[in-house]
Amino acid sequence: MEGQTIKSANNTVLGRNSPRLSPHRKTSMFSAKMRSVFEPWLYLSPAIILLVLVMFLPLVIGFTYSFQHYSLFRPNDITWAGFANFEQLWSDWKFWKALKNTVWWTFGSVSIQFILGLGLALLLNRTFPARRLIQALVFLPWAVPTFLSGLTWAWLFNPVIGPLPKILYAVGLTDSAYESILADPAIAMWGPITANVWFGIPFFAITLLAALQSIPKDLYEAAAMDGASAWQGFTKITLPFLAPMIAITVMLRTIWIANFPDFIYTMTKGGPANSTEIVATYIFTTAFRRLDFGYASAVAMVLLLLLLAYAFILLNMRRIQAKG
Amino acid sequence: MTTLSITHSKRIVASLARTLALACYVVFALFPIYWLGKIALTPSKELFKNGTAWWPDSTTFEHFTTVVLHTDFLVFFQNSMIVSVSTAFFVTLFASAAGYAFSRFQFRGKNIAIFVMLLTQMFPLLMLIAPIYRIVSGLGLHNSLTSLIIVYTAFNIPFATFLMQSFFDGIPRDLEDAAMIDGCTRFQALRRIVFPLTLPGMAATLGFVFTAAWSELLFALMLIDSNEKMTFPSGLLNFVSKFGVDWGQMMAAGILALIPSCLFFIFIQRYLVQGLTSGAVKG
Repeated sequence: MEGQTIKSANNTVLGRNSPRLSPHRKTSMFSAKMRSVFEPWLYLSPAIILLVLVMFLPLVIGFTYSFQHYSLFRPNDITWAGFANFEQLWSDWKFWKALKNTVWWTFGSVSIQFILGLGLALLLNRTFPARRLIQALVFLPWAVPTFLSGLTWAWLFNPVIGPLPKILYAVGLTDSAYESILADPAIAMWGPITANVWFGIPFFAITLLAALQSIPKDLYEAAAMDGASAWQGFTKITLPFLAPMIAITVMLRTIWIANFPDFIYTMTKGGPANSTEIVATYIFTTAFRRLDFGYASAVAMVLLLLLLAYAFILLNMRRIQAKG
Repeated sequence: MTTLSITHSKRIVASLARTLALACYVVFALFPIYWLGKIALTPSKELFKNGTAWWPDSTTFEHFTTVVLHTDFLVFFQNSMIVSVSTAFFVTLFASAAGYAFSRFQFRGKNIAIFVMLLTQMFPLLMLIAPIYRIVSGLGLHNSLTSLIIVYTAFNIPFATFLMQSFFDGIPRDLEDAAMIDGCTRFQALRRIVFPLTLPGMAATLGFVFTAAWSELLFALMLIDSNEKMTFPSGLLNFVSKFGVDWGQMMAAGILALIPSCLFFIFIQRYLVQGLTSGAVKG
């Protein structure tokens, strides 16, 4: 999607203004060519160097950990393990449970965030009194530090000190006003998902609102003249225009959320009975509670591969769709 | 006449529905923040006795004064400021340069560079903690704000680069080309023409990164040990174990810590929408 954007932007411009070098300056073709090769890399270099040093190098080191018995409890006993960590993982029911929970957590959070975010973007994409103020207020959750919102939501769900159990009971969603849904393995995941939806709506609303505002208004006017209904306008004009932005934001958010332990860690710590343990929190507890970096790295490796596969499939689907 | 009044009343119903829906969004967005504030204002004694009340019987600013005067909160706050402002500054600088390269040049390896940036978004950051911890200690940067600034800067660069790229895409190239034909170098054109036009975009990126750095917890926990170097999220947790869990104080500290990131965000969210509008969705 990013690649596509760039290509289309550049094609139009290059077509019109091909002689880009100033005719007044005596630059030889060779040095001009050298510059056009090196100049972009000059601008990119600080970003690339930092990413290599702070992200790729540690990733490679982490990759080697996943093939080692590497526990901080036994710091003098770090040995190569071959595929032992991965074999252990294959028969680790906690991992499989965490994987299933990750799918549920990610899919639940992303889909609700997306639908509510799209709704909010559509509501904000028109003029009404105090629009700026309301926009600032509804986007506010994005600015609240995640661990603080996690703690606050845990409070809200607490039956002694929070209002939500009473409200949920009153509307008939739970059987008791004195129990927290966070304590019930069957529905505990809804707690962190609610917090995550609260936090994530603004992201979708901001990006989709931006996409909405770039749709030419006269398209709707033309459609209305031809007798199209509002719903037709939405499905035939709005959605196709939003499609690229939806694809990129859904992909990014899916990956971020699958990797995102904060809410679960602050609200349930993976409990009760592993019912909210996702792979990201499992990595965290394995690495920093049990200090088993070898195994934690193996789990993280598998998660990375799964996310790569997901992104690959999604990008290919987009490409096929764009062609067809 | 009747059809007209029907469409008219339909319109009123639709506008009422929209207002109601927006009101729901506002309530949903603000309710947790309201509850946070309520806890911070409730005297400790009353907190558990009458916890689910919508408003406490008596309120107090005691938690706020204790937090400010008798804890390390101001130190945490200052450290967070240093880290977040520096991170936001460096990210915006580097991401602007990278976004400009992606937006204005066609070069070999460009798609690979973009792919590499996308790839970093998939890393489980948890997995990087242990190796980064070892590298940072090896360099003797352990327990320093510098290490946090470097790490946060790297983490935030990819998304900020895409953001900046879309801002640059929104600025017509003809403007620069005209300046370059008039004898400006590319850099002069960048400085005099493009830079002023991207200022809102830079403000948006700055604010986005500031809020991200302001709330980061995991790496702050791992890389910082001593109280006088802690940023506020890790400091706040530390605070809990030190005084027992004084929720009122903790929430008061939370409210105080919310102020800068919320102010920043309220100020920049407009530019965020504007900037993304101009570029990102042309594809």
